[in-house]
Amino acid sequence: MSFNTKKLNKNLNYVHLSKHFFRLSIILTIIGVISLAVFGLNYGVDFKAGSNVDITLSRTLTEEQIQPILKQIGIDEGSDITLGDNRMNIRFNEVLNEDNDHLLKQEILKLDDKASFEVNTVDTEMAKELAANAIKAVLISCIGIIIYVSIRFEWRFAVAAVIALLHDAFMVVTVFSIFRLEVDLTFIIAVLTIIGYSINDTIVIFDRIRENMRFSKLKTREDLIKLVNNSVSQTIMRSLYTALTVFIAAFFLFLLGGESIRMFSLAMVIGLLFGAYSTIFIASPIWFVLKSKQKNNSAKTSKATN
Amino acid sequence: MKRIIAFITVVLVTTAVMAFTSPSLLRNVHLGLDLKGGFEILYEATPYEGGAKVSKESLVKTAQSLEKRANMLGTSEPEVTTEGSNRIRLKLAGVTDEAEVRKQMKEPAALTFRSKNGTETSADQYNKIEMVGTDFAENGAKLEYTNMNEPIVAIKVKSKEKFAEVTERLLGQPLAIYMNDELISAPTVQAVLTEGTATISVGGDVNEAKELRDNINLGALPLKLTEKYSQSVGATLGQQSLKETIEAGLIGSVLILIFMIVMYHVPGLFAGFALIVHTWLLILVFVWADFTLTLPGIAAFILGVGMAVDANIITNERIREEIRSGRSVMSAVKAGGKHSLRTILDSNITTIIVALVMFAYGTGAVKGFALVLVVEIVLSIATNIYFSRFLLNLLLKSGKLLKPKYFGVKERDIREL
Repeated sequence: MSFNTKKLNKNLNYVHLSKHFFRLSIILTIIGVISLAVFGLNYGVDFKAGSNVDITLSRTLTEEQIQPILKQIGIDEGSDITLGDNRMNIRFNEVLNEDNDHLLKQEILKLDDKASFEVNTVDTEMAKELAANAIKAVLISCIGIIIYVSIRFEWRFAVAAVIALLHDAFMVVTVFSIFRLEVDLTFIIAVLTIIGYSINDTIVIFDRIRENMRFSKLKTREDLIKLVNNSVSQTIMRSLYTALTVFIAAFFLFLLGGESIRMFSLAMVIGLLFGAYSTIFIASPIWFVLKSKQKNNSAKTSKATN
Repeated sequence: MKRIIAFITVVLVTTAVMAFTSPSLLRNVHLGLDLKGGFEILYEATPYEGGAKVSKESLVKTAQSLEKRANMLGTSEPEVTTEGSNRIRLKLAGVTDEAEVRKQMKEPAALTFRSKNGTETSADQYNKIEMVGTDFAENGAKLEYTNMNEPIVAIKVKSKEKFAEVTERLLGQPLAIYMNDELISAPTVQAVLTEGTATISVGGDVNEAKELRDNINLGALPLKLTEKYSQSVGATLGQQSLKETIEAGLIGSVLILIFMIVMYHVPGLFAGFALIVHTWLLILVFVWADFTLTLPGIAAFILGVGMAVDANIITNERIREEIRSGRSVMSAVKAGGKHSLRTILDSNITTIIVALVMFAYGTGAVKGFALVLVVEIVLSIATNIYFSRFLLNLLLKSGKLLKPKYFGVKERDIREL
């Protein structure tokens, strides 16, 4: 299983390749913006007022058995039933009050006395606040990262790292928007975690660039390209292996973990893939672009490669 | 030789301590509602009268009274916490009649002291409201004993004048105490009370006295509670989630361990061992600090395992790089360790920044997740960097492991100096 890292990477010019990946990411971002504007997100109960009832059953019930119950209690309007093997999900656009909640459980227990319920209720005001808090958390995290990275590295690294992490977070949101996957509170946690990983991953490559910069004299644009390419080559195996191990963990959580963290795991899996991609093809090249501008200003270099 | 003995001792003692303590540790982990079943309600408190702001004190008192009420309803370990300036989060486990509990908790505890005004149709009916709950000092009712050792309830009102007027007018007559239109006691006014305090005799029953005291204190709390968010998880569903998630985690972890050993051979094995120690320590911290483990917490934990492995991958990749560049194993481990430490610290600190922000701004599930992440990163630095390096160095210094193949490096990849 031992790869020969030199053979694999020697010919890859990451800086040069990044042109195409920049384009790809910009296209994906535009698609994401359009999808969000047109379709929005498929908000789960955490972000939409209403009630969500998850029922684990000992036998399979049919929609015909459930509908009359909802009608009888008077909560059938705006309800949505999803049936699965030994489970059932009923979504209400209105918040269930205690009496209806109680009646519903009573009636379903009559059909299946081993039924186990999970009921979530959210007020719109609460949901908006949750979303606002999440966005606030992301922005504050970004500021924290910019400050820390600027102190430890330099501001160009901070800017590149933040662009990469926002890119990763936005890509996950895009995928969830396009495929109409449900966005609940755990999705927010997943996005925040992805941001954590993305920055972790990016910093490792930047650390290598910082280290290599100490021993090299950067006279020309070519020197800078070489520096970035070498640094990425030297750390790419670690980036891939780490992404792989976390991917294994997230993937098994998605496959076998509890129902309530399934969307979380899926968001993680998607985010990890984008995280590994952006670390290699977006973050370092952005730093290169910023850095080469500085070079151009200080001393005009021979010629631009692009 | 000494170092080998030290190495074996460290490994054996650590393994023995973990094996010996794990069963009782696992039993003592405090599980969240999503894992053991129960329900959680987030209330928003608003004052009943006027648009006054909710004071911190009255919020805390309301929370305490909710806890008392929950205890009275026989739920196991109710958890009541205040959030922000006007919210109360209530977590209850082991509730049989959820609807009833929810109704009771929300009930405003309308306490009134009443007298007769002539419109009554039966002897134990009192229609004129003389005083309401808010006339009483918050938490002013106390259980006391007379010289005869008879339990009595001492109460305190806010306005001495009003109480004096009422007791003077009703001297010798009953002043009935109502809780939500239910007559709970009808003591007779024995004297004009000018000090704003009084004692109520209930006839020798301590429990009845306690109940009266609690009722008066509840009634004195002026906050109205509105359910803002609620989550209820059936016990079976919770256990199922726990089982599924742990199974998924175990499979993922075993695969990661195999990957590490295949990739990095001996250091990979140490990394695996350090990872197990890391997991044990995390559980220890949870039990010791009495943190609650929730489903997102388990998710954070399993993903954190992946991140802990990252520290090992960074170190070992670096060591291999140094070996390939022609260094001896000994100096490669030294140089690799030194260089990778800064990388690992920088990358972990940035992740901690994100986790801390989540902890500060998150609610409920986000907080639980962030907490695990922070604890885990700190433990990961201790075990996956220092502990696994310590083990590796013990063996290296004893003269073992000096061949590159133990690090998964092929001889032909080594560059000549």
